[in-house]
Amino acid sequence: MFGKLSLDSIPFEQPIIMVTAAAIGIIGAIILGLITYYGKWGYLWTDWITSIDHKKIGVMYFLVALVMLVRGFADAIMMRTQQMFATGGAEGFLPPDHYDQIFTAHGVIMIFFVAMPMVIGLMNLVVPLQIGARDVAFPFMNNLSFWLFAVGMILVNMSLVIGEFAKTGWLAYAPLSELKYSPGVGVDYWIWALQLSGIGTTLTGINFFVTILRMRTKGMTLFRMPIFTWTALCTNVLIILSFPILTATIAMLTLDRYLGMHFFTNDMGGNIMMYVNLIWAWGHPEVYILILPAFGVFSEVISTFTKKRLFGYKTMVWATVAITFLSFTVWLHHFFTMGAGADVNSFFGIATMIIAIPTGVKIFNWLFTMYRGRLQFTTPVLWTIGFIITFTLGGMTGVMLAVPGANFVLHNTLFVIAHFHNVIIGGVVFGMMAGLTYWFPKAFGFTLSEKWGKRSFWCWLIGFYMAFMPLYALSFFGAMRRMQSYEQTEWQPLMIVAWCGAVVIAAGIACIAIQIVVSIRDRDKNRDLTGDPWDGRTLEWATSSPPPNYNFAYLPKVDSIDSYWEMKQQPGGFKRELATKFEDIHMPRNTAEGPILSLFALFFGFAMIWHIWWLAGLGAIGMFVTFMFRIFNNDTDYHVSAAEVEKTEREYYQRLEVQA
Amino acid sequence: MSDIHTSHDGASHGSHKSYIIGLVLSIVLTLLAFGVVMLGDFSTTTMIVTIIVMAVLQIMVQLILFMHLELKTQQGRESGGFFFFTLVILSLIVGGSLWIMHHLRLNLM
Amino acid sequence: MATDTIKQHDAHAQDGHEHHDASAMKVFGFWVYLMSDLVIFGILFATFGVLAKATAGGPTSQEIFDLPFVMVETFLLLISSFTFGLAVLAQNAGDRGAVLKWLAVTFLLGAGFISMEIYEFYSLISEGAGPDRSAFLSAFFTLVGTHGLHVTFGLIWIAIMFVQISRRGLDSVTKSRMLCLSLFWHFLDIVWVCVFTFVYLMGAM
Repeated sequence: MFGKLSLDSIPFEQPIIMVTAAAIGIIGAIILGLITYYGKWGYLWTDWITSIDHKKIGVMYFLVALVMLVRGFADAIMMRTQQMFATGGAEGFLPPDHYDQIFTAHGVIMIFFVAMPMVIGLMNLVVPLQIGARDVAFPFMNNLSFWLFAVGMILVNMSLVIGEFAKTGWLAYAPLSELKYSPGVGVDYWIWALQLSGIGTTLTGINFFVTILRMRTKGMTLFRMPIFTWTALCTNVLIILSFPILTATIAMLTLDRYLGMHFFTNDMGGNIMMYVNLIWAWGHPEVYILILPAFGVFSEVISTFTKKRLFGYKTMVWATVAITFLSFTVWLHHFFTMGAGADVNSFFGIATMIIAIPTGVKIFNWLFTMYRGRLQFTTPVLWTIGFIITFTLGGMTGVMLAVPGANFVLHNTLFVIAHFHNVIIGGVVFGMMAGLTYWFPKAFGFTLSEKWGKRSFWCWLIGFYMAFMPLYALSFFGAMRRMQSYEQTEWQPLMIVAWCGAVVIAAGIACIAIQIVVSIRDRDKNRDLTGDPWDGRTLEWATSSPPPNYNFAYLPKVDSIDSYWEMKQQPGGFKRELATKFEDIHMPRNTAEGPILSLFALFFGFAMIWHIWWLAGLGAIGMFVTFMFRIFNNDTDYHVSAAEVEKTEREYYQRLEVQA
Repeated sequence: MSDIHTSHDGASHGSHKSYIIGLVLSIVLTLLAFGVVMLGDFSTTTMIVTIIVMAVLQIMVQLILFMHLELKTQQGRESGGFFFFTLVILSLIVGGSLWIMHHLRLNLM
Repeated sequence: MATDTIKQHDAHAQDGHEHHDASAMKVFGFWVYLMSDLVIFGILFATFGVLAKATAGGPTSQEIFDLPFVMVETFLLLISSFTFGLAVLAQNAGDRGAVLKWLAVTFLLGAGFISMEIYEFYSLISEGAGPDRSAFLSAFFTLVGTHGLHVTFGLIWIAIMFVQISRRGLDSVTKSRMLCLSLFWHFLDIVWVCVFTFVYLMGAM
């Protein structure tokens, strides 16, 4: 009746998990209680859960990402603590069984449920505004994408309390992830969380690709788009072409586990190396999916805060396109040591070095933009400078790893761990924090506290170096990755330093939380009344903060790069004038089918994990029926009347006059 | 038989003529491919080259005559361009994977 | 200069032009989705290529493939591709009755294809050549089965279009959906060309 699920599935005997579960339960109950007390369920349903507004969806992605950052970081600090103590025979407080789940969950959460939603959240909020559009090409699909992502996130969190998570590392290599060596539900949680959220991601890729190509406002040719939109376009190409690889590979693993097939088993002809090959054919483009939008953020931030056009716009674009193409030519560098031989290894080693070149071009362009500019050292700029130094160092260690001979020594050591954290934290996290600070006022109508933003930055910067430089050093002494304990007590001092670094990063995360609370408290003092708090250059700053749901009362006409800046440079400056004539605006309705279909997907995923076949069938049927409701729904659009548009615009202009 | 015309939604649509030609060509190419393998006494290489050529030709017939892939309109160029890019990437991944796995088999199995 | 305020409005914002754009955008979006689907099939083909000889002492491709049978399947699918084209031509001509007729014919041909495939799979499984017998068979059943699943979804979609066109006729929504389905259906025939070439014909050599 309940498949493999029983009361034994809940790990009552593990105090850490039980305490965490209790904490989540209590916090959850408080939040739900508050919502009920203030009678906000209707508001949540109408304004957020069923919303097809790209701005709201972007906010929701980023919010979930920040919450999951806490969970992913909790895993990190547990690992650092364990490694601080577990040396010379001491076992620490985390048995291997538990430790393996922690490093697996840490990787899965940070990549799929922190970094990806931050990137997708920013793209959602910003891209339609930057291209002068009213929404994305397929708003219902956008809503569905978010909720499928949320389902994946929920499944990963459920695994903490009901059952277990995978113990295989974040990529679940075969044959360890096959039924024979992972008979529990952990790998199944991994499978269904990633498959369901992966479908959401692929749909997002298609959505934004079509949006950018087909919904740019009049006059915005491709080479007049903002750089962030260019990087978003390339990112979505990467998503469309790489995520299906993940889908197919996980599907084959699923078939092995559920139907006894032999794609990646040890016997009956299975080829475990094919799994490694395929998963990295996805995995490498994935990391470029994460970094390209961060590069886009830095381009916007630097040109805005030096008040200069970005140096080398065209070369930036071509560098981004080159990176997009090249990212499909390097994937073997993740398994040089698997044994393909010198010919193959040389090809991929050289390709990996080549891909460093366009990245270098970008770094120089950022530096040249700053040269002879008047750089304002705002929080986003600090994150950017921190990025330029840190990411460059991390990129260099990547080039070291690209040499097959060196890789044979460094593979699976802490060097690899230090390298990728170097580029992901220095690149992606710093970029997302810069983007968060930069675009927060556009989303919410007030700026974030500069003071706490700067504190957060310094904690992250110092904390990062304290936590990861020791790992580089340890790797030269021979320290391997994923160690629950280690014999060499002489490594312990460096492990302690690394732990301290993690604590400093924790302070950085706390500063972000404080920053948000303080900024909300002080929001009236920091209102962005004009919609352009930074004297920006691109079209999103031409709208109010936040923009009305239809974004633009009139779709702007563009004739250059940095079109909003150019409008402001006209003689007499940019006049925000109230129009004399308004039109009805065609907008999509909210959708209940998105969240409901996803809820059925949650039942389906959970049921498949626990082999509750009747529930899986119900979930599948529910998804299908809900989708049918959507197909047969004739009432999916409406018009915002010209009168209402006029009213909204008048209110905005009145606020502007009051402020002036 | 109506001429090939462009409808108002930008895609070009075929005529009865294009579909019939497409069907006949596809049937011929299919019969040739199956025939070469089932009936003939050819070397393996000849057979492989022939059926691959037949497949490529039939795919092109279907793309152009059934799916109306064209490069004349802006939209056709975008679709065609992305299709071409997908094929390039697929060749890299599929070809690369086969190359890698072949070498792994040589060295390790 | 007239362009320095945000008042510029898009003179094309009439509903008719919007519909035209929305329909073309949906078809383009569907094409992009098909590209992602192509990658999935590509990976399944690559895996089949790697595992084709991994028969683990079990049945080989030469032993289990029945080329005449596959040829009949191929013609069913090919002709169904043609009849779907006739449905689209009928749609262009605004002939609702003909659209429904050709949709029905396409459905029958497609259902015939699927029936034959189910029969083939069932026979193989009952003689011990199921997907759990060897890596080769896992790859075969998955590649061909995934194509079959797609065709099955296509059949369901054809049935839905039949219902929708019967109820609401040929309006902008049903017409753009038909165009998307047409891309899907033809795409499946193209994938099948690769299947019979690289799986069945090569496997029989």
